[in-house]
Amino acid sequence: MGGYSMRRKIVNRLMFALTALCALASLSTLFFVLGYISYRGLSSINWAFVTRLPKPIGETGGGIANSIVGSAKIVGLASLMGVPVGVLGGVYLSEYGHNKTGFCIRYAADVLTGIPSIVMGLFAYVLVVIPLKHFSALSGSVALAIIMVPVVLRNTEEFVQLVPHTIREAALALGVPQWKVVMRVVIPTASRGIVTGSLLAVTRIAGETAPLLFTSFGNPFWDNGWMNPMAALPHTIFTYAISPYEELHRQAWAAALILIAFVIAVNAGTRLLLRPSTGVSH
Amino acid sequence: MPAVQRTAAEERIDSRSKRVTGLRERAGDRAFRWFVAGFGWMIIALAVMVGLQLAVGSQLTWTKLGAPFLWKSDWDPVAEKFGALPFIYGTLVSSALALLIAIPLGVGSAIFLAELAPRRVSDACTFLIELLAAVPSVILGLMGIFLLVPAVRSVEPTLTKFLGFLPLFRGVPYGVGLLTAGLILSIMILPFITVITREVLLAVPRSLKEAMLALGATHWETVVGVSLPYARSGIAGAVFLSLGRALGETMAVTMVIGNTPKISWSLLDPSYSMAAVIANELTEAVGDLHLSSLIAIGLTLFAITVVINGLARLMIYRVTRRGAAA
Amino acid sequence: MVKTLAMPPQYIPDSSPQGSPGGASQAVTLEVRHLKAGYGTTPVLRDVNIKFYDTKVTAIIGPSGCGKSTMIRCLNRMHEITPGASVEGEVLLEGKSILALDPVELRRHVGMVFQRPNPFPSMSIFDNVASGLVLNGARNRPLIAERVEDSLRKAALWDEVKDKLRQPGMSLSGGQQQRLCIARALAVEPRVLLMDEPCSALDPIATARIEELMLGLKNNLTIIIVTHNMQQAARVSDYTAFMLTGELVEFTQTQQIFTKPSDKRTEDYITGRFG
Repeated sequence: MGGYSMRRKIVNRLMFALTALCALASLSTLFFVLGYISYRGLSSINWAFVTRLPKPIGETGGGIANSIVGSAKIVGLASLMGVPVGVLGGVYLSEYGHNKTGFCIRYAADVLTGIPSIVMGLFAYVLVVIPLKHFSALSGSVALAIIMVPVVLRNTEEFVQLVPHTIREAALALGVPQWKVVMRVVIPTASRGIVTGSLLAVTRIAGETAPLLFTSFGNPFWDNGWMNPMAALPHTIFTYAISPYEELHRQAWAAALILIAFVIAVNAGTRLLLRPSTGVSH
Repeated sequence: MPAVQRTAAEERIDSRSKRVTGLRERAGDRAFRWFVAGFGWMIIALAVMVGLQLAVGSQLTWTKLGAPFLWKSDWDPVAEKFGALPFIYGTLVSSALALLIAIPLGVGSAIFLAELAPRRVSDACTFLIELLAAVPSVILGLMGIFLLVPAVRSVEPTLTKFLGFLPLFRGVPYGVGLLTAGLILSIMILPFITVITREVLLAVPRSLKEAMLALGATHWETVVGVSLPYARSGIAGAVFLSLGRALGETMAVTMVIGNTPKISWSLLDPSYSMAAVIANELTEAVGDLHLSSLIAIGLTLFAITVVINGLARLMIYRVTRRGAAA
Repeated sequence: MVKTLAMPPQYIPDSSPQGSPGGASQAVTLEVRHLKAGYGTTPVLRDVNIKFYDTKVTAIIGPSGCGKSTMIRCLNRMHEITPGASVEGEVLLEGKSILALDPVELRRHVGMVFQRPNPFPSMSIFDNVASGLVLNGARNRPLIAERVEDSLRKAALWDEVKDKLRQPGMSLSGGQQQRLCIARALAVEPRVLLMDEPCSALDPIATARIEELMLGLKNNLTIIIVTHNMQQAARVSDYTAFMLTGELVEFTQTQQIFTKPSDKRTEDYITGRFG
């Protein structure tokens, strides 16, 4: 009996020690990725790198300014399209969605969140690129917007739902019509959460590469407007990484550092400053 | 409204709103409801449209090659031979490998975070693990090419030497291949499994665990006997959700899988995935049938992930009651 | 969801044995006739008849679950926003049935203060008070500012907040927040102010301030206060209604109900025999 009980205690200790190791392994992966990217990228980042255009292969000293600007433009336009749709759809779910329709929309949004981004890119390709017959920044933004909408929608719903019922009652009791209660009282009350969720969605699409491969396509020069190909940071990292040139590899690490710094800073910053606790975008 | 006394000031202040009272005001509420409902419906329309557009775009392949497209194993665009099996195989095997690595690690981490770590440590760790989920896949791919591929290449001869009696570990050490793809995918899905499993483990009622502890069970026996069985539907949901991610992950896989449309038993051989072939060949499609076949692969990927995510969500709804109409 | 039952024309309210305190001859602001209300199939109010008088405070007392909150929520049709709610009977605001009014319009004349202070978290002190006006389309800034000051003065809050009107409403203490909510309700100049246990979340000092304030407010308002605190009812009200299991047991002048109640059940409750 004593030996049996002893063995159980040892198993208990051992298994929990193993789980701690698992957690440690997961965490060290993050720190390793961040550390290694910094180590490889930091030395190549300088003012010229972020303000100049790429140089032809063989010359050194090229920059990625066009990719940074391109990413900002593509992601910006995508947010302009995706955030309003997601926020208003989320308001519907929270305020009126306690029925079958609401369930269907919720379910569709959750399933869409899990659709691979390359499929969304393919959709934008069939929808925008084929009819227009050429690659364009616009089609890239459409693809990213579609990826963004379900994330923003579910997040908005979650935060609008958190607005206490008493706040809605107070506004209704003042003789305010319901739609104004929602637009002028409920949404402003939930605005921090809505902004947080939208920023997290922005960080998610800012790192997307796959849907841009055959929509915004990439461009080694300054872009030529929304209807033409445009460079984007993640896409540039990809093309540089698979190229056979040492110089481009060096630039890929530096660009990766810029991208990950942006993504991690905005992601961690918004979650720390605007929201108390957890919730991965699932 | 003769009965209700109104002050002059109120008359002035209300003069604008007076026009929108009565039935017309309720019409405003109804209009607003329909307006926001329209945006909600857009989600459903979007889901349907993605499927439809891809079906239309891939029509040529389905009419010319039919369903056998899915189980033929030749892919030679120049010879106009199109079979999707090598991609489906590579996708499934690399994803299975990723699950094999990530499930024990993720569930283990979740048990630690939910059962052992103090709440504040647990929250901080979860925060960091969620950050891992935010790392763009192209960056993990970059690390894969320059770090993981050489590392795998250097251990492959050892694997072949000791495990070569299995068909899984034979072949030339390229470094790129299913094993590397599986490794990098496991890093990408690990945060999902960990975070969701932790959430469902935290939802296990205290009273159940205490009942087991009161019977003299050790903490670990309680986890295995009560918590995990109680949370199994949620964990299964997390696994399915991660599987959906892994199947469709593009960049990191494209960068390390070797991009060779060949079915091989060995995990060390280069392979190809559905997402990767779309990424690599779409902009260079040599003809209508090639393009259509790539879109057909996209449609297949869409269908698979819809089914898997659909199941995963239902399983998670059951445990956490998200999604249920409150 | 809301069913309206028109009363037969021969119905004469004053013939009802309940609902009319002896000797009263003031102007009636609100009259409740045969009010029945419930949630789903559960009845909460069974045939309540009562009158509320202008410039008076009426307290509604009774044990938890007696239907007192439901009753005042029927008076500004807030009861209807609960899913599954049903109402029958008639409520007359200065002689006119409130069911004929648009609920949104009605609520501008029948204001409400809730159990817990609920200032709008996204708004400053000023904007909270102005919200009823601004959200109903008022644009005249000087006029709004004048009304905000006036309301804050009536709510005895002006001196405490006049230098920080731009700070968030949530920055105030609980008692101040509740007075802010009273000011917010007063700003739309209602005829009736419903107060649903307005002091239950407040400390004794804050409670005293609100009671004091009510005595000043009743000069041009009809105030109806639901309370579970009999001392409070005795202190602030002119009339008191005692309710039990959805019925109005007794309704008369406050002094009378607390000194010589005519119903045995009222006496039991007041002397503490109902818990």
